[in-house]
Amino acid sequence: MSTDRGTVRVKRGLAEMLKGGVIMDVVTAEQAKIAEDSGACAVMALERVPADIRRDGGVARMSDPALVTAIMDAVSIPVMAKCRIGHFAEAQVLESLGVDYVDESEVLTPADEANHVDKWAFTVPFVCGATNLGEALRRVGEGACMIRSKGEAGTGNVVEAVRHLRSITGGIKRIERLDAGELMSEAKQLGAPYELVCELHETGALPVPLFCAGGIATPADAALVMQLGAQACFVGSGIFKSGDPAKRARAIVEATTHFDNPEVVAKVSRGLGEPMVGITDVAPADRLADRGW
Amino acid sequence: MNGPTVGVVALQGAFALHIDALTDCGTAARAVRLPADLAGCDAVVLPGGESTTMGKLLDTSGLRDPLRERLAAGMPAFGTCAGLILCVTEVLDPVPNDASPFGVVDAVARRNAYGRQVESFETDLAIDAIGPEPFRAVFIRAPVMESVGPGVDVLGWQNDHAVLARQGPVLVGSFHPELTGDRRIHQYFVDLVKESM
Repeated sequence: MSTDRGTVRVKRGLAEMLKGGVIMDVVTAEQAKIAEDSGACAVMALERVPADIRRDGGVARMSDPALVTAIMDAVSIPVMAKCRIGHFAEAQVLESLGVDYVDESEVLTPADEANHVDKWAFTVPFVCGATNLGEALRRVGEGACMIRSKGEAGTGNVVEAVRHLRSITGGIKRIERLDAGELMSEAKQLGAPYELVCELHETGALPVPLFCAGGIATPADAALVMQLGAQACFVGSGIFKSGDPAKRARAIVEATTHFDNPEVVAKVSRGLGEPMVGITDVAPADRLADRGW
Repeated sequence: MNGPTVGVVALQGAFALHIDALTDCGTAARAVRLPADLAGCDAVVLPGGESTTMGKLLDTSGLRDPLRERLAAGMPAFGTCAGLILCVTEVLDPVPNDASPFGVVDAVARRNAYGRQVESFETDLAIDAIGPEPFRAVFIRAPVMESVGPGVDVLGWQNDHAVLARQGPVLVGSFHPELTGDRRIHQYFVDLVKESM
């Protein structure tokens, strides 16, 4: 009887368990505990939330392993951490620490201008961002077990996440309608693996869960993206850059569960205090969503 | 007479896959998010996910008390992974502020008993109750039952730990039968629900 770790089923399985939940960015063990106590289904351990990375500039790298392990020790829920795009050595370090998911993230400064990490080489599962279906399928082809929209991290503006979700789900609907004979040309257009395009044509869904990230700041934002087809939400700066993080965290958790029930979303949206200050004028050179290939 | 309707608690986690599995077994299944959704359900599935998250949402949704009452009154239930944590009598290493579990299976559970995600695994289990063929069981940051009371039938073992067990109309498992196409454990549960009607 063979016992196997790190199989596709085991890796995608954890993503299935996170569905309907909220994954929150935290920068300290105290924040991690607040997130867990507010109902987060996982936390992302970071040195700086995207809003601060954006403000500070410079090269953004993997977090200090001491911080990541302190957060792992503080909570019982899964802990994720980010490596730079293509930086497989950072990913190896995070795997050795025992993090539960690695986010190969455009929020950090890319380490490779052509290649993403070969995620099949790892036991730890990976999540990757995508702005459209071709990008999503390329990441799945490299071994990603969860896809999230990129959105535009650290802006508190959900418009980019909506664009990316609509692009991905619209692409899926389009492939469902094609004839089998059109799939190779579609794969060429998308720059996506042919076999995955064929699989999608059969099943009508991505082979891995699709989550939303980038700009979610309110319970209604969470309800919006869940109705647009996201299966869970990442909330970065939106919680701990707001006036009352614990209350807002609880509200976003409830809105994600009851996303199709406006009465619940209305109830939890009352009196949350100040949301994070949003920004709308991101210069093209500062756009994080354009990182990744 | 119509067949049973199984409610799948859909606060967080792998609820959609359980609805698919139950549907494959020819049973009506529906998502339960609010107390009103529980009316008309003959049985309930408590799916995998994060047990602390589900615990919070059981309180905010108002589902905890009606669910506790229905379970105490003998409603059949199937708890997997986090759902197992909610069904047992005692959880070791409880998370602060966690409410007490429903206690419908006399067992002591340990969270994340195998370790973190890199230790998660799939393996073949011998489960006589569903037939001679081994069952491919997927364990994701899984709990185990460290001990069970005399009223509990252990149906599956992994090394020295009980990982599938039944007490009366309640079935609990450490692993995730909804992640494979093998529907024998869901069918076993559906048969158990029908017997109890």
